[in-house]
Amino acid sequence: MLETILQTTPLHPKVEAANLNFYYGNTHALKNINLILPDKQITALIGPSGCGKTTLLRCFNRMHDLYSGNRYEGEIILDGSVNILSRRLDPIEVRMRVGMVFQRPNPFPKSIFENVAYGLRVRGEKNRTTIADKVEKALRDAALWDEVKDRLQDMAFNLSGGQQQRLCIARALATDPELILFDEPTSALDPIATANVEDLMTQLKQQVTILIVTHSMQQAARLSDYTAFMYLGELVEHDRTEVIFNDPLNKQTRDYISGRFG
Amino acid sequence: MARSLPSLAASVQQSQRRRSVRQIQEKVIESILFLAAFSCVAVTIAIMVILGVESFGLFQQVSIGEFLTGIEWAPLFEPPKYGVLPLITGTLTTTLVALSVAIPLGTTIALFLSEFASATVREWTKPILELLAGIPTVVYGYFALLFITPLLQALLPDLGGFNMLSAGMVMGIMITPLISSISEDALRSVPAELREGSYATGATRLQTAYKVVFPAALSGVSSSYILGISRAVGETMIVAIAAGLQPTLTFNPLDSAATMTAYIVQVSLGDLPHGTTGYQTIFAVGLTLVLITLVFNIIGHFLSKRYRERY
Repeated sequence: MLETILQTTPLHPKVEAANLNFYYGNTHALKNINLILPDKQITALIGPSGCGKTTLLRCFNRMHDLYSGNRYEGEIILDGSVNILSRRLDPIEVRMRVGMVFQRPNPFPKSIFENVAYGLRVRGEKNRTTIADKVEKALRDAALWDEVKDRLQDMAFNLSGGQQQRLCIARALATDPELILFDEPTSALDPIATANVEDLMTQLKQQVTILIVTHSMQQAARLSDYTAFMYLGELVEHDRTEVIFNDPLNKQTRDYISGRFG
Repeated sequence: MARSLPSLAASVQQSQRRRSVRQIQEKVIESILFLAAFSCVAVTIAIMVILGVESFGLFQQVSIGEFLTGIEWAPLFEPPKYGVLPLITGTLTTTLVALSVAIPLGTTIALFLSEFASATVREWTKPILELLAGIPTVVYGYFALLFITPLLQALLPDLGGFNMLSAGMVMGIMITPLISSISEDALRSVPAELREGSYATGATRLQTAYKVVFPAALSGVSSSYILGISRAVGETMIVAIAAGLQPTLTFNPLDSAATMTAYIVQVSLGDLPHGTTGYQTIFAVGLTLVLITLVFNIIGHFLSKRYRERY
């Protein structure tokens, strides 16, 4: 199935997970996952709660390394060369190239400007003009610039929920990541803010590869180019989004899509 | 129907009775809770009233201006001098020395325990720190006088046997566990999402700790500092034993000087007759001490409101 996708699409695979297994202590949470994220495309992960979508997402920037007892097996190859999961690779190196946006907006207790500048400062960028330019570009790309340009020194908490989430997207964009992971980015937002964030993601795919976990099948259908359906830690089916939603091969996928379970 | 009607009336009556019993129970419990809360307030008010009344006796003979601005404190000598400033400088100097030890040390320990230490290290370190907080202050006092002072004298040969540096440093060690444990609680209650957000941008542990977690916990951390200040201002035994009992107007930590608390303990151990001016000075100094602590608590309240946690 994967082979056929690759044959029918001339797209360059940006990230490729091969035989990926993941364990929380003794719990085998991800079972033999093979997944290709095509370059500058949006891939959506769908599936019922507890199926391992978020667990899989967090493998791509080694977020699981923060907690002890977690173990990866297999590999995730970035750009055909770097194995993200290699023990010799510092997870910080991975996170320098892979950005992430969380379920709930999590701005830092800093000004709007400093929130976006954070990744640059962490990378040791000192030049004020460079920082100011990149912050402005990131805010423009995140469709937030016009709303905040006059109050960049305000605390980020004073923004609305939707603005905070776009700020978090700007924070991820400021460091020019190659892949951005979105973990249910609109689940804490109202419909209008959700629409804004979705528009933004569609814009962003011109510059960056996107992997998004979502609970909303409509969102997956609206946004993504590819959809992967997960169930009980396994990747059940992965194909172009219109195929998954119109003519899935697998019965479980069809049942989930048609709302028969989950 | 005929049978059910009276039984309905009876059950209504019964439930009303049950309700009134419940209401009485509620009232009783409510008043017990109120008394418990009130007793605290009442004790505080009583202390303030006694301090105020006794001080008032002193201020009929000594003007408040003289008390607050006089630079000599010798209420038991002839002629008596009632300037409280030397006691205040003594208190402030020992407090400053203590804070310059306790704030960096306590904050570092808190950051280490909450952001870097493994669960095992934390389990071992916390009880040891709590042990440090449980040592009687009189032990700390002799530790300062008989161990730290000789050690410091090896470095500073001119240092006297009683000095505020040694007392302040040991006082700093004493309040370190207070600062570290409250700060650690504040740091650990910063939500994981915020930490993960920082790590996700490629930050290291250290960057995450001091650029994101620490600022997010600033309200809790600063209130631990304020509590530390109040503790240092009110500390008695260590300064009475190791800093000396001679009121001296100086900010030099190498000097010996009495603090407000040391004066109170020194004089109240003697046999001053009730109602004399000397006796009343204890209360006036005590009142000053309470007011200073109150000011710090108010500052702390505003600080924690200003930097209240918003994640």
